Amino acid sequence: MAEILVLVDHVEGTPKKVSYELLTLARTLGEPSAVVLGKGASAAAEKVAAYGAEKVYVSEAEELSQFLVAPYATVLAQLVQEKNPAAVLLPSNVTGKEVGARLAVKIGSGLVTDAVGVTPEFVAEQPIFGGAVTVQSKVQTGTPIITVRPNSTAATEQAGAGTVEQVTATFSDADKAAKVVESVVEAKGGRPDLGEASIVVSGGRGMGNAENFSIVEKLADTLGAAVGASRAATDAGWYPHQNQVGQTGRTVSPQLYIAVGISGAIQHRAGMQTSKTIVAINKDPEAPIFELADFGLVGDLFNVVPQLTEEIQKRKG
Amino acid sequence: MNIVVLVKQVPDTWAERKLNADDKRLDRASVDVVMNEIDEYAVEEALKIKEAGGGEVTILTMGPERAVETIRKALSMGADKAVHLVDDALAGSDAVQTSYALAKVLETLEYDLLISGSEATDSRMAIMGALLAERTGKPQLTGARKVTVDGGSVRIERQTDNGYDVVEAPTPAIVSVVEKINEPRYPSFKGIMAAKSKPLTTLTVADAGIEAAQVGLAAAPSQVVEFANKPPRQAGQVVKDEGDGGMKVAEFLASQKIV
Ligand SMILES: Cc1cc2nc3c(=O)[nH]c(=O)nc-3n(C[C@H](O)[C@H](O)[C@H](O)COP(=O)(O)OP(=O)(O)OC[C@H]3O[C@@H](n4cnc5c(N)ncnc54)[C@H](O)[C@@H]3O)c2cc1C
Repeated sequence: MAEILVLVDHVEGTPKKVSYELLTLARTLGEPSAVVLGKGASAAAEKVAAYGAEKVYVSEAEELSQFLVAPYATVLAQLVQEKNPAAVLLPSNVTGKEVGARLAVKIGSGLVTDAVGVTPEFVAEQPIFGGAVTVQSKVQTGTPIITVRPNSTAATEQAGAGTVEQVTATFSDADKAAKVVESVVEAKGGRPDLGEASIVVSGGRGMGNAENFSIVEKLADTLGAAVGASRAATDAGWYPHQNQVGQTGRTVSPQLYIAVGISGAIQHRAGMQTSKTIVAINKDPEAPIFELADFGLVGDLFNVVPQLTEEIQKRKG
Repeated sequence: MNIVVLVKQVPDTWAERKLNADDKRLDRASVDVVMNEIDEYAVEEALKIKEAGGGEVTILTMGPERAVETIRKALSMGADKAVHLVDDALAGSDAVQTSYALAKVLETLEYDLLISGSEATDSRMAIMGALLAERTGKPQLTGARKVTVDGGSVRIERQTDNGYDVVEAPTPAIVSVVEKINEPRYPSFKGIMAAKSKPLTTLTVADAGIEAAQVGLAAAPSQVVEFANKPPRQAGQVVKDEGDGGMKVAEFLASQKIV
């Protein structure tokens, strides 16, 4: 069976959920090989083997953390040349897509981004225009490079050999041009990542001010959810821009999306329409968000949400 | 500092967007079109850098004849001149091919910075900056929420999932910006009048030295094989709060086995 290279997204050796999802998907396409790059990469080997990685290609070269994106593409291009895989899968996040793009140019391949499924013939399914249209796309040239959205496949464990192989790459001057001088963490810790969370609770203009966002945060914390926001809320400075859901923010596809005080403008929908279940809380019965909600509650969020939080706490005992 | 700004004309997101049944490409003819919104932030950033340190701002667009409207808008905001790559041979090019064509045009331009929006609202791939950095061999400074130019170097704050990275590179560099970076100006009446007489160069594939066989739908390295319009999501149950709204929502979540 041909190898499928999977670029593992990880934080110092702890893979993100999407990496396990990609390995699970890769098992349906061929023999998964995990590619783990950057600081702490070696520590991920056993973890990715538990999800079916037969081989684990590891590089902890300093250039990978010191310079933006380009060194990742260089290592992957080298692996494609050496191993001749049937496809390369990457997580469809900002960096994953950019690595895929540079790799496509390097190896002269086509690239499909934002897939939610891939068939054994490497036809990728992509929702476009905010989920209004589904397209099936295929790479016609070279080794297919496909970026896959988080939450597209349910990760399941299946032991793989996990044979570790160290990769030594040579980086060009161009790879070392954009230097990462500093990494600053702004998000409050403790909550799951917005793109990966299975539940997302988002607040909009209806929240009224920054302080009131603690109401959605409390609900999110009882559900183990991530917190999102509409652009009206991020533009007003009530919540960080990286939490914006929508066309010019993040695209999320959780099991459950709760929209609180959000009207449901088309640009907001573009980022959440493919959620499995949608709940909306809004005081305006005419709000367009109700057109796509599986359950809509017409009411004042300041009454409904605290009651909901309390009720869930009760039910959880 | 000379700056090239990439802008793209896209269907208005308020309009219904469709794919053509025959060639499975975006139906650009039947919809209202606008400048890709994030590109306005790119134009604004270029104008601010120019206003602070001098230089020239050149707009570069690849797109059909109609895209000239978008070029005019950028010129009326204050850009100095524009290059429009327009040729039937380019129709249906995917992102990888587009980056090849744009890189060819860039070879003929002198610039210290290339600035674009981080993504377009139609394709949403968010990779043009990375593609062009790879093609030109210039440093990639993408996803910037802040850009600081200092002599021969540029520093950006690159937005990440949980904060930002400070990334630095020598010029010339390839920069893309997110909408958080600034507030784009509206074209003034004077700007709109002035735009009409600003230099606009139109290039064909042959003019730019682009190999026609490398671009266009037939040669696209990635292609749409099939598509289906999804039935719109059906509205579910809508309940009015009678004082027990929170409980009602909790009941629904329990019925879905979510809690
Ligand atoms: C190119 C472009 C890109 C965009 N990208 C995005 C994007 O990525 N994400 C995004 O979200 N938007 C985006 N927008 C903006 C979008 O069009 C809307 O303006 C925005 O989503 C509105 O946010 P909102 O729903 O929070 O605010 P509003 O539309 O003002 O809605 C607020 C809602 O809160 C309700 N409400 C008020 N008080 C209460 C209360 N006490 N209890 C219950 N309900 C209450 C109101 O009934 C109302 O429905 C974009 C726009 C453009 C043009």
